[in-house]
Amino acid sequence: MQRIGVFVCHCGTNIAATVDVKAVAEALGHEAGVVIAQDYQYMCSESGQELVKSAIREQKLTGVVICSCSPRMHENTFRKAAASAGLNPYLVEVANIREQCSWIHKDIATATEKAIILGKAAVAKVALNTPLTSMESPVVKRALVIGGGIAGIQTALDIAEAGFDVDIVEKNPTIGGKMAQIDKTFPTLDCAACILTPKMVEASQNERITIHSFSEVEDVKGFVGNFTVKIKKKARFVDETKCTGCGLCTEKCPMKKVPNEFNMGLDNRSAIYIPFAQAVPKVATIDPNYCMMLKTGKCGVCSKVCSAGAIDYKQQDTIIEQQYGAIVVATGFNPIKLDKYDEFAYNQCPDVVTSLELERLMNAAGPNGGTLLRPSDKTHPHTIVFVQCVGSRCDDEKGKPYCSKICCMYTAKHAMLIREKYPDTEVYVFYIDVRTPGKNFDEFYRRAVEQYNVHYIKGMVGKVTPKSDGKIDVQASDLLANEQLHINADMVVLAAAIEPDKTARPLATMLTTQMDTNDFFTEAHPKLRPVESATAGIFLSGACQGPKDIPETVAQGSAAAAKAIGLLCKNSITCNPCTAHSDELMCNGCSSCEKVCPYGAITYIDKEFRMPDRTTKIRRVASVNPAVCQGCGACTVACPSGAMDLSGFSNSQIMAEVDAICK
Amino acid sequence: METFTYYPGCTLRTKAKDLDTYARASAQALGIALEEPADWQCCGGAYTTAKDEIATKLSAVRVLNSAKEAGQPLITVCSACHNVIKQSEYDISRDEEMASKVNNYLGLAEPYTGGTKVYHYLEMLRDVVGFDKLKEKVVNPFTGKKIAAYYGCLLLRPAKALAMDDPENPTIIEDFIRAIGGTPVIYAQRNECCGGYITMEDKAQAQKRSGAVMDSAKDMGAEMVITACPLCLYNLKKNSGSDMPVYYFTELLAEALGLKEESNE
Repeated sequence: MQRIGVFVCHCGTNIAATVDVKAVAEALGHEAGVVIAQDYQYMCSESGQELVKSAIREQKLTGVVICSCSPRMHENTFRKAAASAGLNPYLVEVANIREQCSWIHKDIATATEKAIILGKAAVAKVALNTPLTSMESPVVKRALVIGGGIAGIQTALDIAEAGFDVDIVEKNPTIGGKMAQIDKTFPTLDCAACILTPKMVEASQNERITIHSFSEVEDVKGFVGNFTVKIKKKARFVDETKCTGCGLCTEKCPMKKVPNEFNMGLDNRSAIYIPFAQAVPKVATIDPNYCMMLKTGKCGVCSKVCSAGAIDYKQQDTIIEQQYGAIVVATGFNPIKLDKYDEFAYNQCPDVVTSLELERLMNAAGPNGGTLLRPSDKTHPHTIVFVQCVGSRCDDEKGKPYCSKICCMYTAKHAMLIREKYPDTEVYVFYIDVRTPGKNFDEFYRRAVEQYNVHYIKGMVGKVTPKSDGKIDVQASDLLANEQLHINADMVVLAAAIEPDKTARPLATMLTTQMDTNDFFTEAHPKLRPVESATAGIFLSGACQGPKDIPETVAQGSAAAAKAIGLLCKNSITCNPCTAHSDELMCNGCSSCEKVCPYGAITYIDKEFRMPDRTTKIRRVASVNPAVCQGCGACTVACPSGAMDLSGFSNSQIMAEVDAICK
Repeated sequence: METFTYYPGCTLRTKAKDLDTYARASAQALGIALEEPADWQCCGGAYTTAKDEIATKLSAVRVLNSAKEAGQPLITVCSACHNVIKQSEYDISRDEEMASKVNNYLGLAEPYTGGTKVYHYLEMLRDVVGFDKLKEKVVNPFTGKKIAAYYGCLLLRPAKALAMDDPENPTIIEDFIRAIGGTPVIYAQRNECCGGYITMEDKAQAQKRSGAVMDSAKDMGAEMVITACPLCLYNLKKNSGSDMPVYYFTELLAEALGLKEESNE
């Protein structure tokens, strides 16, 4: 005989304002098997939980239904409470009468009716619940960090510091990411390379960190604590173990007309190259798109000059397979392409540049050795116009709806640095708003305006017209003065919006994690779980989760590391007992379930069965590995014979819920 | 020979006869037959694009329906007519409410709910004839001529409905110029407004706008400007204060094909 307790939460006024909670408790009290039905102001509070616990003890309950918020919020809370009162935690059901009822309805009568129906469904289900016991699964004590920018480096260093092995997978030939391309950092104006490169070296020298540069993640299988990852090491045609990074090959390479990605294509590199002087690993890479030897079989100069014998034109991509307990995503960002913003003449005029290009133009290791010269004629610019929000805060499909967050500050930095170094240069900044929240950020911007006399003008640039004399006419509106302006500029710098790296989306599919509409990874909770993804064991570091500046990225990188360390510290983790299982007598061995299983949890075994006529027969039947099964339920709907069922969400339980709703 | 329903528009009957004459002559030479429907009316000009007005869209829908009944794609040449007709086609095939109102007015034998393929003459050259084929047929190439393409604002925008080319960085007229042997001049003002109808009430504004266009083209070394729009041509000629010649693109096309003399006879 079932003895079910129903507990209806007011959630302050969150539920009680739209749902007549007393009526819900009263109605559910009459359901078959229900022996107690109560309402309470905050069921999740200490005293609310005590109410549930004492009812379990005193009424000898066999099942509990909590009518409250989403089970994602407090299912665990109530399961723990039930367990402490001696009831199997999986005999607790939550009816979501907040997110799915009170928050979305206005009319009290209909909302109350719906809450009662949701409660009845939960009662019908809990009557069929069976006690479940969690299993334990071991944790592989190794972490994978995808992306070797400052976010990934910070995460890897912190995890290694805690005593765990960690691998960094970086798609480029060197780690360092975007920060390596930046000249100075705001608001302190210290040199980015000076603070980044020691960290890069630290990562490469740490014996717990393995860097797979020029590599990509190919495949991810498994689950929290036990991921199996295939990493593709792309052929760089240079033996990493032999190359000393002397750079002689790059000097002698006859193919020198390759656009240099590190300098944003503002100068050229050779076909065999080391991206920059402080690259880690400092190993040459051959670009097969330009190498004469690889394209035509004629050349071989690098091989001849290499005293280490590191050149290997026959090198192939190789696949490494490795087990990991935790994965941290740190895939970072890119500035958007400005093809659709030709009102700024970016494709027409070499002196219209993006902010990241300006970083390279001003960097001592950049194309002009740190002297700011116009790309077109290498003359010193005397009037520079900055345009902010190019593609950010954009309400059409050309750009991004969000604020890219870092542009206001780096534009202030650029303006200030230019005025400092070239006082004869007039600098104009066109802005929609100047957004400078952050420690010492607004002070920094004020300094640009007040101390360095940068002309900040509220308004947007409408048209950039390059002229035959090399000048650039910038037409803009000054919204405060309410007038149209024409500025005769020498250079225009566009603060392009930033977007997640293109590799992020296929990676999210591999990791079965969620992304938002802008392809930023979605955190498990926007406020309370900002560095975890909704998929257990996958953590988020840096700008792959949203636009971030360096201090924030480093903070999040360390936070993601802390979460990963917390996982790696455990010897085993408790598995979800709501896994699939197959009724072998009904299974016909069709393999439908095996094909849809995203976790590879289903295998087939040949098993001997006794037939009704006392003979035996060997049949092929499905077998679920409960340690790998994540309880997604895909197999249960794919199974044509109804053999596959999910513990905790069995077909009969779901049907009972549907019946209760439709009654 | 491929046959198109051809919508000239009223300006091409009066002020912009050149645009029409050379378009017809060149089409014939390129193996394109243009059939003018008997009962076309003014497209309604810019008023048609007002969202809350149905009556002004009727003319555009009527010609779209004529083409549909003839089983032919529709071809236009004036930028403004093209804009109006293409936008009407875009709206009627997506907006059920607008479609039902329009059809209530028109009372056609069969309601029109979109489906006519609308080409601008330039798109026909690019997508049906092909610029490569056009190049082969050129007998008087504009070798060495620096020609500035003026798109104006109506030909390419709104990009979703017009779907002709990138409105900020278009190439279609430049590719046309290359096909007839000329050298295209890229200048920033090529897709800005010439001032349009504002010349009627604020001449100074139209002078400023069209002047900016002509100055920018001249500054980048252009010897002439070509356009597809009668109103642009008017503003660039009469209001810009520039003496640089402005032609319809069809005139250069006819000349390149060796048809200019005979079509003037």
